[in-house]
Amino acid sequence: MSELTEESVRADVRAWLEANWNPDLGLVEWRNKLIDSGWGVPAWPRQWYGRDLPAGLVPVVEEEMQRIGAIGVAKAGIRTLAAATILEHGTDLHKEKFLRRILTGEDTWCQLFSEPGSGSDVAGAVTRAEMRGNKWVINGQKVWTTSAHHAHWGLLLARTDWDKAKHKGLSYFILDMHQPGVNVQPLKQMNGHASFNQVFFTDAEVQPEFLVSTVGDGWAVTTTTLMHERRGADGLRTWAMGSDRKGRAYEEERAEIATVMEPYKWYPQRAGRVDLILQRAKETGRLSDPVVRQEIAKVLMMSKAAEWTARRARAAQLQGRPQGPEGSLGKLISSHVARAAARVHTQLTGADALLSGEDSPMNGLIAEILVSVPAGSIAGGTDEIQRNIISERVLRMPKEPRDDVDKPFRDVPRNTVS
Amino acid sequence: MKFAFSTEQEEFRSNLRRLFAERSPPKEVRRLMETEAGFEREGWRKLNSELGLTALRIPEAYGGQGFGFGELGIVLEEMGRALVCAPFFSTAVLATGAILNAGKEAEKQALLPGIAAGDTVATLAWVEDNGRWDAEGTTLAATTSGDSFRLDGHKSFVLDGHTADLIVVLARAPKGLSLFTVRGDAAGLSRRALKTMDWTRKLARLEFTGVEAAPLGEQGGAAGPFARTMTEAAICLANEMAGVAERLREDSLAYSKLRVQFGRQIASFQSMKHKAADMLVDVELAKSAAYYAAAALDEGDNDVEAIASLAKAQASESCLQTAIHAIQIHGGIGFTWDNDTHLWFKRAKSSEVLLGDAHHHRELMMQRWAA
Repeated sequence: MSELTEESVRADVRAWLEANWNPDLGLVEWRNKLIDSGWGVPAWPRQWYGRDLPAGLVPVVEEEMQRIGAIGVAKAGIRTLAAATILEHGTDLHKEKFLRRILTGEDTWCQLFSEPGSGSDVAGAVTRAEMRGNKWVINGQKVWTTSAHHAHWGLLLARTDWDKAKHKGLSYFILDMHQPGVNVQPLKQMNGHASFNQVFFTDAEVQPEFLVSTVGDGWAVTTTTLMHERRGADGLRTWAMGSDRKGRAYEEERAEIATVMEPYKWYPQRAGRVDLILQRAKETGRLSDPVVRQEIAKVLMMSKAAEWTARRARAAQLQGRPQGPEGSLGKLISSHVARAAARVHTQLTGADALLSGEDSPMNGLIAEILVSVPAGSIAGGTDEIQRNIISERVLRMPKEPRDDVDKPFRDVPRNTVS
Repeated sequence: MKFAFSTEQEEFRSNLRRLFAERSPPKEVRRLMETEAGFEREGWRKLNSELGLTALRIPEAYGGQGFGFGELGIVLEEMGRALVCAPFFSTAVLATGAILNAGKEAEKQALLPGIAAGDTVATLAWVEDNGRWDAEGTTLAATTSGDSFRLDGHKSFVLDGHTADLIVVLARAPKGLSLFTVRGDAAGLSRRALKTMDWTRKLARLEFTGVEAAPLGEQGGAAGPFARTMTEAAICLANEMAGVAERLREDSLAYSKLRVQFGRQIASFQSMKHKAADMLVDVELAKSAAYYAAAALDEGDNDVEAIASLAKAQASESCLQTAIHAIQIHGGIGFTWDNDTHLWFKRAKSSEVLLGDAHHHRELMMQRWAA
């Protein structure tokens, strides 16, 4: 076999796409074709729909897909985390049963990790999984579950042993969301949206073969999922854009994106909408106020410096250098930027900041910024947890003393809620 | 935009870091800062000739090495880290910038080789007693008598003004804002070292009484070259400040791991860990802005003035905040003269103000981005 080069990969994928891409196919039909060709997930192993393509050459495939306008495999949402976790820890049965339908977009997934009693401390989960007869029986409650209301499958972290230490008594399951023991309720947020759900389990069942890895190894598997979440966070949060082109496959993809992205529609507001600040300052006539100018400049400065910090991290990565500290700071910096932007939006909006909805500027968009920004410092690791991570992993400062890890979990003090 | 240091640049940086650490330990910084000059000619000449520092960004045609602001930024950052006591910013950033930006070919041929070789200590005198950083504040007058020019008035806050061999002066001439050069020992020039808050940054006040001066560049055409020089200087200072901030951050972190109170390293307290994380954020933001701005100069970015102001404002805030945290982390010992932290604290403070503080530069940025 000849060596893979950018040119050879480009020629191969282009030839295949030119022969096969057809926007009038059904979305699933097209994706099945794409998956069979190996170009859908070229970096995956050959055995599982891929081509073992080096990660560095994947962008070439993406460029060719974009050039011709071909739709890729389903990527948005938790399904990518499910795929990554199953690829790493799943059995052949799991891969056989789930991977293709993840990629075609037929199945959607949700992540059942956080609980009312364990937010930052995910390993403190108290949802129970008990073997009864030949099935796992699940009881407990999860929270902050994006897309649970339409998900087919859930990635479940549950406690299987209360006498082992905290991290050793957890197991990881794939749970069928469409069963009587699973009750999904929307969770209304302070900004009025309900992007997440609470999920209640009452004797919900999991087939024994849907345990991932071994009993007691749940934390290791969870770490894999979370690592992919962090790595892909930008991708998950970036607004997935459907093409406005004509063709059955495009239409079906637009519908898919609308469903998957629905919970995230306020996320741009959560980040503070720095992009609106100068426009709003002109509209409100506040641009001549020297105090306002200073505050605006502070936000623009921080936001630009944050963008350049992310670019530095990427540039180092592309050069194959170990990432410096600049790579670990993005989440914390974006909280600062969002808060500063919300302050400036308030300043610019004046009394109108008392209002919301159609009575308020930009049909409620500004009001939505003001009540959405707090989420950024909490979701996906609070600012406080980010600071712990930075100080312990980057700056090598001593870890927090803790007394919850070297004793049976049942003896660890915990929330009475749940 | 190219936004990563090359392997050669990284090697250059580590060489500088090692040499500056050897030649400019805190003890040496203290010895030199207590002298009126603030540096020693022989020591500086030796260090400069080994490393080619003042030649770095001067084109080869004028005896220099022809590197860009990326490399100059590295030198400044490392000098800030080691607090190297030398007339480098005055000579290699301010005076060299003014000559390159304003000078006619013959003037560059005459002035730059001496700077590149390290024989000439030079500076730029533009600020006056009114403390304005822009050209609007200039009142010093240049008059013509025949073919020659004479300068009357004063300049202040002149970096290394009392020791410079060559002084580039911004003045109001019959044709408008113009640049001139005078020798440090010119007749009619009286120079007084000012007492500075930051002993590692020496400033002087200069009185001009009928001082004979040579024109630099077009008469009446100094506004553009001067503004360009200020843009370059803001970016260079931002890079120096990144080094100052990083040194403060690293030293405080190391101290917090050594210092024991209540039976624990103070680094084990969450209040200290979170402060350290915030300091890292501050310093990395300042570095990103400074590096980006240096690249913007090298690549001829149209928006470089706004980017320069952004970098200076970010550096002013980050560097001072880091210095404040650094003193706090050191506690009582950090407030003593014997502890070295105050040397960098004062450099952070003087750099915050020099060339305009964060408020000043944020306003300049807004004038570009939201006219």
